[in-house]
Amino acid sequence: MTPMDPDLPTPDAGSPVSEADLHGYVDGQLPAWRYDEVERHLASHADDRARVETWRRHTEMLHRLLDPVLHEPLPPRLPLRRPAPPLWRGLAAGIAIAVLSAGAAWLARGAVDRAESAASPVATAGPAASAAAQGAPVGELAGFALRAAAAHALYSPEQRHPVEVGADEESHLVAWLSKRLGTPLKVPGLKGVGYELVGGRLLPGDTGPVAQFMYHDASNQRLTLYLTRQPSAPGQATQPAFRFGRDGRVNVFYWIDKDFGYALSGSADRQELTRVANEVYRQLGGS
Amino acid sequence: MSLRGPTDDLAPWVPRLRRYARALAGNRDDADDLVQDTLERAWGRFSMWQRRGAIRSWMFGIMHNLYIDRLRSQRNSPEEDAGEELPEAVAAPADRLGLRDLERALQRLSTEQREVLLLVGVEEMSYREIASAIGVPIGTVMSRLSRARERLRAELDDRPAPAKMQRVK
Repeated sequence: MTPMDPDLPTPDAGSPVSEADLHGYVDGQLPAWRYDEVERHLASHADDRARVETWRRHTEMLHRLLDPVLHEPLPPRLPLRRPAPPLWRGLAAGIAIAVLSAGAAWLARGAVDRAESAASPVATAGPAASAAAQGAPVGELAGFALRAAAAHALYSPEQRHPVEVGADEESHLVAWLSKRLGTPLKVPGLKGVGYELVGGRLLPGDTGPVAQFMYHDASNQRLTLYLTRQPSAPGQATQPAFRFGRDGRVNVFYWIDKDFGYALSGSADRQELTRVANEVYRQLGGS
Repeated sequence: MSLRGPTDDLAPWVPRLRRYARALAGNRDDADDLVQDTLERAWGRFSMWQRRGAIRSWMFGIMHNLYIDRLRSQRNSPEEDAGEELPEAVAAPADRLGLRDLERALQRLSTEQREVLLLVGVEEMSYREIASAIGVPIGTVMSRLSRARERLRAELDDRPAPAKMQRVK
């Protein structure tokens, strides 16, 4: 892009076109003014024109050969996040418990209407929840919520291939993911809370395949909803526990309900995620 | 995007590192070993990186060094059997033959040429970024690129390719 380096052969204006110029032309790495000169040269040199065309074609073929790798599910062994120092883990576990009880308090208050939840999603739920809402430390993520955060960080910046199947094929998307997860899925419609479905993809998870649905709002802020099988332990409370955690800049609101784990991730703040999670929970038959 | 916290700065690069590693190592398992080692080393040195900028050439540079180390340590290099497994999903069936040839030709390039060809053509890095990633002068990048492209051209296009004509329908 910026051939300013002393040992990069920067061409002089009007100088004969060299082979390096032809590569720079194909790779988009010439100074802007040089393109016209190279094109004039190519117009009268069929052999160089053929070379350039072949290089371009091979570059394009390399993409076709290799780009499928970009869309493969990632092997779970890859360390996508910075390993946590061991000391921090014990501390984080304590915080997670604190956040968990805040989540239980949030649940206890029952469903709130949307306007109220947007204004103060947690604060109405009692002292424990208020503490959590006022900047108490946030739980470090583990298990499926951490995977959800990693999957969000990976796919939400993607411009060209954010999803495998787009919202325009929603029924196909639902049928496909239902089949792979082995249970009929519903895709929550979130237009009512300001988010439109982008589409979804299938990912590998701890306990089998996982579905990720992506949504965006009018300013193209993306949220992802991650759905995984998460068999409840025998004797576990029948009511889901709602939790909030963070990994880097990704906030995650997550819960387990009827053998499924749900995680809503985004860079939106806790209040916004709570508002949307409320709607997801409502639609998926939680309340 | 706003997802740039220290913990997720590397994640968006992983699919690209895997793509590059696949073409470098020629098969999925070796490639993912290479990606795993690269990430582990990158995390170990992450605080050093934060002072250096240019995360892309840094990450691909780590992978380059690890790959070269690996080749040195297994000089009975398995280059011959590389490449069988490269494309797991290939676009249209009509493409397949051409891409197989390309894949074979790619694996026959020297490591140095293959690296530069991929970093330029697939990763779309600037010549200067590549020079810094693999630690050679830009002139060397250019000459490797030139040799790699000419070799592909000789292998793929100087052969008669009647099949290509027939498939146009």
